[in-house]
Amino acid sequence: MSLPVRVGTLAIAFLAVVGGVIFVVIHYLLASPPTVDYSAGVTPDHGQTVNVVLQEDPQTTIGNRPDWVSYFIQDPKTHAWVHTTLFKVPAGSMIHMTVLGYDGCTPARNPFWGKVTGTVGNVEYVNGKSTRVLDTWKNCSVGHTFSIPGIGLSVPMASPTTVKENNNLCATSPCTSGPKATITFTFKSPTSTGDYFWHCRIPCGGGFIDGFGGPMQTIGYMTGQMEVVS
Amino acid sequence: MAAQTPAESPAAAEGPGVPEPNHAIRIGSVWLLLSLVADLLIWFAAGPHLPPGTAGSQADGQQFDIKVMAVMAAPVMIFVLVYFLYSLVVWRGREDDEEDGPPIHGHARIQTAWITVTSVIVLCLFGFGTYELYNSYGAGAGEGPAPIYKPTGAELTTAQQVAPWSPGKPVVVQVIGQQWRFTYRYPQFGGFETTFLAVPQNQWVQFDVTSIDVIHSFWAYQLGVKADANPGVDNIAYTKPTKLGSITVRCGELCGLWHGAMYDYGQVMTQSKFLAWTKATNAHFADITPLLPPYASTYDPTVVPLFRFGKVMKALGLTSAGGGYYPPNDPAQP
Repeated sequence: MSLPVRVGTLAIAFLAVVGGVIFVVIHYLLASPPTVDYSAGVTPDHGQTVNVVLQEDPQTTIGNRPDWVSYFIQDPKTHAWVHTTLFKVPAGSMIHMTVLGYDGCTPARNPFWGKVTGTVGNVEYVNGKSTRVLDTWKNCSVGHTFSIPGIGLSVPMASPTTVKENNNLCATSPCTSGPKATITFTFKSPTSTGDYFWHCRIPCGGGFIDGFGGPMQTIGYMTGQMEVVS
Repeated sequence: MAAQTPAESPAAAEGPGVPEPNHAIRIGSVWLLLSLVADLLIWFAAGPHLPPGTAGSQADGQQFDIKVMAVMAAPVMIFVLVYFLYSLVVWRGREDDEEDGPPIHGHARIQTAWITVTSVIVLCLFGFGTYELYNSYGAGAGEGPAPIYKPTGAELTTAQQVAPWSPGKPVVVQVIGQQWRFTYRYPQFGGFETTFLAVPQNQWVQFDVTSIDVIHSFWAYQLGVKADANPGVDNIAYTKPTKLGSITVRCGELCGLWHGAMYDYGQVMTQSKFLAWTKATNAHFADITPLLPPYASTYDPTVVPLFRFGKVMKALGLTSAGGGYYPPNDPAQP
């Protein structure tokens, strides 16, 4: 084999390896779900109210993990449901959350997380009715939690409550029909900017050890980040 | 280059009129002086600033242990460095010196000294470490469900742990690790659970550390306590906070996606403030405390009393919390 051929082969092999590494880094390591921006048009640190809308589904039929439970976030401009758990809010504002709970009930590993903490008045509203505590063991009442440990926020996400409803849950994501509970609550976003992780504390990763794997550990499903900007 | 005999050393090569210096005295003198200076600096200058501080009896003990070990280690390290530098300067290879040094195999005095010195150091550290474990009630580490080293009056049975606290008795705090937060339960003060760690000053505290999912590690830095949180295991550690102030609690065991964010802050309070805090916190959590499982030394979420479940939960087959209702094929094990 002549020298130019050998050099050419080596160069092509080198470029192939470099290309493969770049592909893996970009496609797998740097890949991230989109961030839904709720900060546009809001002046930070003025206590303005920002309405954030989420839904939690029993499955994710739009992705390659159809068996995984997942949150979706509504784009404030288009009102389309985005498969992500990343959202951006202005600092020092009142964040009014509406969560559509389409998933069924699950007992918490620790019933302590049935208590609402960190919201305005330490209260949430389930289908319009105020509540401070949900018994996740006794009643079919809670599907997930929405918790931001960095600001002491922990809110149990109510679920459909009857046997019939729980046996006929929405089967296509994002859900637009089917039994659901509507949860609303308000909290103040921190004045310190940065990323605040949030997650679900109910073991909803079906098929994984103790229910804490899979979607519970994956950004874009049952955990994500709230980016606070000024 | 190997060590040289006096007859072959450069000094000896200079002629019979130049006496061979006593290398041992030279090295020993420099080593002794530097070791003395280093040990004094370690003990008096750096010592008071060594981690984890002196906010608790166990932390105080750990700082003392680190000081003792550093004072013992410094002369060893200095000897190695002094010998190395002395060799480089005095016994370095000269021009036209192509010879190997003489073999020192079979030097009984050196071998005996080496074995004796290292054995004495290791045995001293072994004895010191054992005494310190005994003297400071486990040195802040988890001792498992049946601690060997425990302060007087340490509460071990569940019945004793739920009995109301009185001054002089250890304050029992159950530490529950869960992704990604520690919660703390106070069985002697009504059994409430909270996300804030408060402990009284100058009272023994017994941490009963456990987990309800994966392995975590409860690390209360300023208190000198670090105990693994294992599911189904009661890992007991003791400390006596001595200084008022903030406590930083971190998870010391890689436990999942947000392990790095699994930290919180607690407080060492005066006894009166602590009692007021328990009263206020008990009232704050009065609505959720009755829903918690009865206090037990471990916190097993898969054992839920059947009477706790309503008819809908039973009809849906959800008769235990966490894990138990996830069959291995739902949908597939990773």
